[in-house]
Amino acid sequence: MTITATGVCKDFIRQGKNTNKLTAVSPTDITIEAGKLYVLMGRSGSGKTTLLNMLAGLLTPSSGKVLCDGEDIYALDDEKLSRFRCEHIGVIPQGQTAVHSLNVLENICLSYMLYGSLKEREAAYPAARELMRKLGIAGLENEMPSALSGGELRRVAIARAMLRKPDVLFADEPTCDLDDENTALVLQTLKETAQSSTAVFVVTHERDAVGYADICLNMSGGSIGKQ
Amino acid sequence: MKLTESLSFRNIKGRPVRTAVLIALTAIMAMSAICGSLAVMSLRNGLGALEARLGADIMTVPASAVSKQDFENIVLQGSKGYFYMDRSYYDKIAEREGIEKISYQLYLASASAGCCSVPLQIIGYDPDTDFTVSPWIRKSAGGELKELDVVVGNDLSVFVGETITFYGVTCNVKAKLDKTGNDLDTAVYTDIGTIKRLIAASLELGMNDFKDIDPDKVVSCVLIKVADGYSVDEVLNDLNLHVRRTKSFKTTDMISGVSESLAGVSGIIGILMAAVWVLVLVILFLAVYMSVNERKKEFAVLRVAGASRSRLAGIVMSETLIITITGAVIGIFLGLLMILPFNGLIEESTGLPFLLPDTLHIIICAFVALAASVIAGMLSSLGSAKRISRIDTGVILRGDN
Repeated sequence: MTITATGVCKDFIRQGKNTNKLTAVSPTDITIEAGKLYVLMGRSGSGKTTLLNMLAGLLTPSSGKVLCDGEDIYALDDEKLSRFRCEHIGVIPQGQTAVHSLNVLENICLSYMLYGSLKEREAAYPAARELMRKLGIAGLENEMPSALSGGELRRVAIARAMLRKPDVLFADEPTCDLDDENTALVLQTLKETAQSSTAVFVVTHERDAVGYADICLNMSGGSIGKQ
Repeated sequence: MKLTESLSFRNIKGRPVRTAVLIALTAIMAMSAICGSLAVMSLRNGLGALEARLGADIMTVPASAVSKQDFENIVLQGSKGYFYMDRSYYDKIAEREGIEKISYQLYLASASAGCCSVPLQIIGYDPDTDFTVSPWIRKSAGGELKELDVVVGNDLSVFVGETITFYGVTCNVKAKLDKTGNDLDTAVYTDIGTIKRLIAASLELGMNDFKDIDPDKVVSCVLIKVADGYSVDEVLNDLNLHVRRTKSFKTTDMISGVSESLAGVSGIIGILMAAVWVLVLVILFLAVYMSVNERKKEFAVLRVAGASRSRLAGIVMSETLIITITGAVIGIFLGLLMILPFNGLIEESTGLPFLLPDTLHIIICAFVALAASVIAGMLSSLGSAKRISRIDTGVILRGDN
């Protein structure tokens, strides 16, 4: 799958100041192709996360289009776009994200709780366990999120995004809570995912990520440029 | 997918304290609905039954009886007690103009001693003149009563064909009356002949309660049906003016006292119910609002995982649905448990006729209370559901930094 963004930009209106418009992402063109690992770097507030969210179908651009294999995803109604995201796009959000009433294994299989039967969810357990092993969190499947460290929660989020083998994987600061060893492990996993014909788009401050990237991009003041 | 495996159920289970509080609140709401509506219905039924049993337009009692606080209870509701006036008053009243039918009753309270099966009010009527009691006694007993035959109220634990003893005299139970929801349900009706036998028997036993009473010369209450062409007020004024040492009442006025009390009690019940509902709905609204707000990030995670906006709203609504159904069922069960076995106690404490509706109406009432509680609970979380369905996932996830 190829994601092409044409002229996407995002403006935010600052709360209480209707006239004070903040342009987080200036009109940007970008294409994300299968089998490649893209690393987007840049200073905080440069618009990286906003761009990622727009590309992932999570944030409607103020203008411009995001096309997935030629289809404008924001022209889809919410039901269709949500289903499309579930089946084709994996997102590793910033920070520690988990549903606290579910255990680790259920958190990883969350998309099967939204779409699919109990049977389908249980069928996904072996793949989920394999991902957990790969990411160094094996044996935590029955733990509740409150019992996990920040680094473990990050890896749960990574496993959740990768479970359905998405066509495109977006990762926002996937290594921010991890030690060097686990950072390398995660970056290597993302690299391997890209090599298995998935498009991987990583937003990070992690300098080491450059070494794994096929294409390195830099963002500054809402505009993107190649490094 | 099984309910227990659904995300909503897991969310509810994952927050036991919050869930318990919300279930308790919904239970209070449903309990107030079922108890309140059943109480109002029972009071209305009681009044209806009371009206049905009063066939007279005017009742005349001795003036001395009016000072008794429980006078209306004795006359209207069959509470234990008695008062008498000379039979000559009955004759005087009968001579007045505008009277179509006239009869009298004689009250006798049985003792709680071993001579009597149960302490209760015995109401004697004159079969020759009676026009108030006989029709429904005929209906229940299938004919006139013979001497030592009695008809018993619905709450007495004796059955037709059995006997009941008063002052050592064994009386035959010929029929059981329909329930009225007041003390008439524990009263016994019989003819004046039997009353005379009972008074004589009490005196033989050395019980002096009725020693000054000659049943041939006294009456407790005179019942009057006004003739066509006369107004009840006209006859009433005439009786109060010309038959001294007695007090006459319009039966509708006597009932209107009960009716006013009933309206007052119903109003208070309504206000209390409304207050409970408003309070609980506000708390429910705030609890759901805060819970959704606190879990905003979790909803964003669900959105990232592919949940549509309507799905997010659906999760909030189904959480509320599970909670409100559980709470409402518990509340209705507790409410029925509270009101069904203790309806006699409620009648006693309110002093109003209290007649529970039949089973079908109770079931309908329970379903209406269930539906109302669930719908109200759902409406209280509608705003939060709508709000969460509009979340901007990107902005919420960015807010974690």
